[in-house]
Amino acid sequence: MPTHFIVHDKADTVGVMVDENVKAGQDLTGWIMETDETITLKSLDPVPLGHKIALGEIKNGDTVLKYGHDVGRAVADIAKGRHVHVHNMKTKRW
Amino acid sequence: MGRYDFLGYRRENGRVGIRNHVVILPLDDLSNASTEAVANNIKGTLALPHSYGRLQFGEDLELHFRTLIGTGSNPNVAACVVIGIEPSWTGRVVDGIAKTGKPVVGIAIEGQGDINTIAEASRKAKEFVQWASEKQREVCSIEDLFISAKCGESDTTSGLASCPTVGNLIDKLDPLKATTCFGETSELTGAEVVCASRAATKEVGDRFMQVFRAYQDVIERHKTSDLSESQPTKGNIAGGLTTIEEKAFGNLQKIGKKAKFIDVLKPAEAPAKGPGLYYMDTSSAAAECVTLQAAAGFVVHLFPTGQGNVIGNPIEPVIKLTANPITARTMSEHIDLDVSGILRREMTLDEAGDKLIDILIRTCNGRLTCAEALGHREFVMTKLYQSA
Repeated sequence: MPTHFIVHDKADTVGVMVDENVKAGQDLTGWIMETDETITLKSLDPVPLGHKIALGEIKNGDTVLKYGHDVGRAVADIAKGRHVHVHNMKTKRW
Repeated sequence: MGRYDFLGYRRENGRVGIRNHVVILPLDDLSNASTEAVANNIKGTLALPHSYGRLQFGEDLELHFRTLIGTGSNPNVAACVVIGIEPSWTGRVVDGIAKTGKPVVGIAIEGQGDINTIAEASRKAKEFVQWASEKQREVCSIEDLFISAKCGESDTTSGLASCPTVGNLIDKLDPLKATTCFGETSELTGAEVVCASRAATKEVGDRFMQVFRAYQDVIERHKTSDLSESQPTKGNIAGGLTTIEEKAFGNLQKIGKKAKFIDVLKPAEAPAKGPGLYYMDTSSAAAECVTLQAAAGFVVHLFPTGQGNVIGNPIEPVIKLTANPITARTMSEHIDLDVSGILRREMTLDEAGDKLIDILIRTCNGRLTCAEALGHREFVMTKLYQSA
């Protein structure tokens, strides 16, 4: 079973795509490194290698968690399975 | 030889180098032409042209001298010829390097012109390079090794696997008394509190936070945007990194899970508290940071990349690793170690750390890194503010 995405920490709200060819509507398998758990998720976007996917519903203004830490805020509502990047997430610094 | 032993060059002051360069070092931009002419005349020597050295003052001038003296003093340098426009500042660099006990001479251009300078410097360079060519490698231990780390053109694979591979190496070599260094002050933004918690003492953590806040003040004073496309870079963003906070947590994976940093170094400042992990206040630009770490006496560099930064350094070999399978495939000539197997769950982090130790020891023994073989010699002085 290929791993399509990896999640650093159990608390994270995004995962990182490690497959080069993920398409919208694809059933994905993910690995949570911290707990060595396997999870599944359906992609709503073609998320490129290295880019993030929402693991659940993220509301506009919500803190995005990765490495178990605050890595920025959502600037739009993001549905579970959507691509998370500069179009819907920003830094809280600078 | 033991698992962590290597063959290095032990210098007059007891420090160990892994390369045997004879450097022709310009004091200032005006002296680049002479140094390059000397390096062209005398085979096996290395000129280090750069852009600065005139009308600098205050802390910026101190950093200039510290960087030049540190570069000449690095144990990867067997001997050094310094060329400057005038004798006084040239002599200051020579005197600084001479404290190591290695052969060094200074030659000034004013009063004799480039051609006589080049002739005199070439004769000294020939003498030095023939002397250095007889130096023999000897068995050295990991306690003799100074290793720096800095990542570049990072992407999310850096935080997932290539930076943690460096961290795994540091976790393994720190108890064996290696001396290691990380930096990149601006690139800890968002992870600064976690970083401070990795200081060996509260006092060291407090000093880290002071340095961190000072760098934030510079950014706040000069910024015209949220720095997106500068920090994170366009390449970072193409690779999936969205914010500086996300990049910072990936960056911090390089110091592993256990090691504590024992001191905060100024840019290009040599470690003085014995073996252990050091934090250095540096820019996050690859060539600037590695140049400062080399000037502080680090002799081998570990460089995780995501999207494929191609940096090298003239005197400190740069070992490049990536976990991005596309970069490993499309830029293979730049990659010394491919750890993309971690993402496919074909390789554990522990195995990757061992592979990095293997390539580190081979590099110390003399294997040329990809950046060395490709001729990457980025020598970039950090400038703190305008010249007078």
